[in-house]
Amino acid sequence: MKRIKGGEEDGHGPPSGSPPEACKKVRTQASEESEAAGASDAPVSDWARLPQELLLHIFQYLPLLDRAYASQVGRRWNQTFHMPELWRCFEFELNQPASSYLKATHPDLIKQIIKRHSNHLQYVSFKVDSSTESAEAACDILSQLVNCSLKTLGLISTARPSFMEVPKSHFISALTVVFVNSKSLSSLKIDDTPVDDPSLKVLVANNSDTLKLLKMSSCPHVSPAGILCVADQCHGLRELALNYHLLSDELLLALSSEKHVHLEHLRIDVVSENPGQHFHTIKRSSWDAMVRHSPKFNLVMYFFLYEDEFGPFFNEEVPVTHLYFGRSVSKEVLGRVGLHCPRLVELVVCANGLRPLDEELIRIAKHCTQLSAIGLGECEVSCSAFVEFVKMCGRRLSQLSIMEEVLIPDNKYSLDEIHWEVSKHLGRVWFPDMMPTWVPFCDQWRSSIPWKKQAAPWLHQKGACTSGLT
Amino acid sequence: GHAPWLGVAMAVNSVHWFRKGLRLHDNPVLQEALDGADGARCVYILDPWFAGAANVGINRWRFLLEALEDLDSSLKKLKSRLFVIRGQPTDVFPRLFKEWEVTRLTFEYDPEPYGKERDGAIIKMAQEFGVETIVRNAHTLYDLDRIIEANNNSPPLTFKRFQAIVSRLELPRRPLPPISQQQMDRCRTNIADNHNQQYSIPSLEELGFRTEGLPPAVWHGGESEALDRLNKHLDKKVWVANFEPPRVNTCSLYASPTGLSPYLRFGCLSCRVLYYNLRELYMKLRKRCSPPLSLFGQLLWREFFYTAATNNPNFDRMEANPICVQIPWDQNPEALAKWAEGRTGFPWIDAIMTQLRQEGWIHHLARHAVACFLTRGDLWISWESGMKVFEELLLDADWSVNAGSWMWLSCSAFFQQFFHCYCPVGFGRRTDPSGDYIRRYIPMLKDYPDRYIYEPWNAPQSVQKAANCVVGVDYPKPMINHAEGSRLNIERMKQVYQQLSHYRGLSLLASVPTIQEEAEPPMTDESLSGSGPGRRKHKSKILIFRWMM
Repeated sequence: MKRIKGGEEDGHGPPSGSPPEACKKVRTQASEESEAAGASDAPVSDWARLPQELLLHIFQYLPLLDRAYASQVGRRWNQTFHMPELWRCFEFELNQPASSYLKATHPDLIKQIIKRHSNHLQYVSFKVDSSTESAEAACDILSQLVNCSLKTLGLISTARPSFMEVPKSHFISALTVVFVNSKSLSSLKIDDTPVDDPSLKVLVANNSDTLKLLKMSSCPHVSPAGILCVADQCHGLRELALNYHLLSDELLLALSSEKHVHLEHLRIDVVSENPGQHFHTIKRSSWDAMVRHSPKFNLVMYFFLYEDEFGPFFNEEVPVTHLYFGRSVSKEVLGRVGLHCPRLVELVVCANGLRPLDEELIRIAKHCTQLSAIGLGECEVSCSAFVEFVKMCGRRLSQLSIMEEVLIPDNKYSLDEIHWEVSKHLGRVWFPDMMPTWVPFCDQWRSSIPWKKQAAPWLHQKGACTSGLT
Repeated sequence: GHAPWLGVAMAVNSVHWFRKGLRLHDNPVLQEALDGADGARCVYILDPWFAGAANVGINRWRFLLEALEDLDSSLKKLKSRLFVIRGQPTDVFPRLFKEWEVTRLTFEYDPEPYGKERDGAIIKMAQEFGVETIVRNAHTLYDLDRIIEANNNSPPLTFKRFQAIVSRLELPRRPLPPISQQQMDRCRTNIADNHNQQYSIPSLEELGFRTEGLPPAVWHGGESEALDRLNKHLDKKVWVANFEPPRVNTCSLYASPTGLSPYLRFGCLSCRVLYYNLRELYMKLRKRCSPPLSLFGQLLWREFFYTAATNNPNFDRMEANPICVQIPWDQNPEALAKWAEGRTGFPWIDAIMTQLRQEGWIHHLARHAVACFLTRGDLWISWESGMKVFEELLLDADWSVNAGSWMWLSCSAFFQQFFHCYCPVGFGRRTDPSGDYIRRYIPMLKDYPDRYIYEPWNAPQSVQKAANCVVGVDYPKPMINHAEGSRLNIERMKQVYQQLSHYRGLSLLASVPTIQEEAEPPMTDESLSGSGPGRRKHKSKILIFRWMM
């Protein structure tokens, strides 16, 4: 987990702060007291008299439950417990026993936070389970954060997107409370929510100077115009996540305008609602403008399309850096990726189907000179081509995740030999990923007996049933 | 207590307790039961009262009962019998010890945590009765504690590491031959006239199952069947090794007459017998010294999971399981039921679950498909629920292997590359393009053309009507939109794994770049300073309330 630098709950090492001064203070105070009290040592009273800064410092290491116990020791410690610094961050966990295994933040705790600490809150997130009640409870809390000046807000569904089940008006009005009151929102995560264009306008009207991160993938009520409004006004935006239907040439140009800071991350989900869906194209010139304006930006694209819906994509150069194909993608499209994605850093292919990707991989090794991570799921590559690919990429491949079934032994290499070759070129020990073969001894016995080294004829017979074997 | 029948020059009366290890071949502890004994009896203890409550389906019971019949039959040939005792071991043994004047109790070592606990209690009880207990390992190839010791006293959590350790150990102990008539003749078994009434093997009906219309078993239980299959299996390997190795093809989705996994699970077949037969076959065919470990791949997977589980009583759950990632799975009994009963609306998934329920076995790729669909692929339901369904229905589901495999496939332990997702349409189609597997197990879809049989909801109405099976009427609509579901789930897995990346190393997709500041997750009311996947429970809710006042 990332920690806020500056002392809050950093379990990894000493936080910043000034322990030496605080310690000195304790010592002086203690010595003063013992002088006053005479020669008697009263170690108990030292604890009660620890200066508040030191107590606060210590409390920052403790999880909430332990702090709560500590707060019962005495008035001083109880006061420290309620200091604003300890209430800057909170994650509300809203779960119903019927829909989740996790426990929820206690309702009384929530009440007290709203009553005593809402104006201290700055970094807030809500984790909700798949029940509508949990999402509604989150909205209720949001509606009460009237004195808050939030910097960060995250609405996170841990299972199904329950915010979508909340009546839209209830959700929007709750969200608007935060947008209007905060005025200094820097980071906003509202994926899978019913946020709409008007509420984005409110967001922009109040937080355009401070907004740096906006994640709103799968928000079906937002239109391209709505997000364009954000890009036009929020010139400090450095990270944006949305669905492809919201992406437009205008948006990219707005993000590349002179007034805009460099964009650092753009994440786009391309999801097919129905088979045969048509997707619009983005002009090459728009992408070029982005790259010129923000030469180091990461373009992360997740594709969840049917094989035949890739027509509009990868026909021209696109500056994608992180590319994920969540369903089967054709050989042909992967060939286009090799030609048109020079900035590619990470490529993950969930499935391709039973035709070897030899040429496509080699082309990718040749043209995608920044590639450092690749993952192949249900694909096929001949061992020789795979070794060639690894040789061409060399040590820049820091992540190579290939299922064992992907590799097809051929004239030059068997499965037992390949991992040595690959390890050699990578400069570290490498093995393919494995899945447990639960079932001892089905008819598959590929790797156990190395057969005569000839090109295997069955390689090109997809789905052939050699019925003589059973 | 001191057993009154113990005096000088006492007779040695042995009882061998069958649990797993339902065989007479390679049974070292049974040999010790008979060795120097004056009398010996073989018992199996079961409690029919619990048959309904236990998570055991009809096919598993039937397999077990057939295995017991086979044992009884083999023992009859040796002029002995199997004694099936109804009840619980803790109640049964004191009675037996007295009635049969038992001086020696033997059973095969059970490495599973529950088994170790149960056996610990029995050994203690036996001691109190002055009964000598002998326990020997024969269910696993190796002594699991040795493997753990060789890995700095902790079980290997990657298969490669496991293989490396195992490759440095001596070969597994050689299997022993079956119990011979001679060995049996040296000890008497007193068989009462009413043996069949008192000690008979119960029927399925007696266990509370209805058997009208029950189709015949596809997998017949028992040692004889196991050994017969072993021979056929090895014959096939010879054939295969001389020609082309087969790829997974549609035929292998169906139950194989030479499949061995259920027999290993119940111990009808000794894993060492299989191991050495494979080894010798390889060496004969290849004229080389040692076979690669990959020859025993599947046997070693079994061993791997047994080793990982033996010291972890929480191995089969998420909570309090030190190796299991805590994932916020959904609770959705309705969705779980649809999956378990093969009513998801995805023919590939439904056909697999139907075969599982009808026959008790499915191919490992089929297991991957349905496990992924239930958990991180589509339904986002806990792997524990899936594990329990498999436990009920699957003949070869060892406790350790089943739990371990479910954790593996749901990316909860051992494996983190959650980008591997099996599409409930595409994966099925690639495995069996003809769709015949679907037609066989979901007959109502049999008239669908290949093009639509994996996704009947996409077929035009005319095609659906022509096939006499309209989606939403005759066959369920798909219960989830796979693209949307997998998109969401990838996000969920990422959320979980991003929090772990510091400790686990990077997995692909977990480390999608993002700006660091202001993206810090705020504190929860649980400890964040600890590493690892565990979450502490609230100790006292009342206390929280009080300090707030």
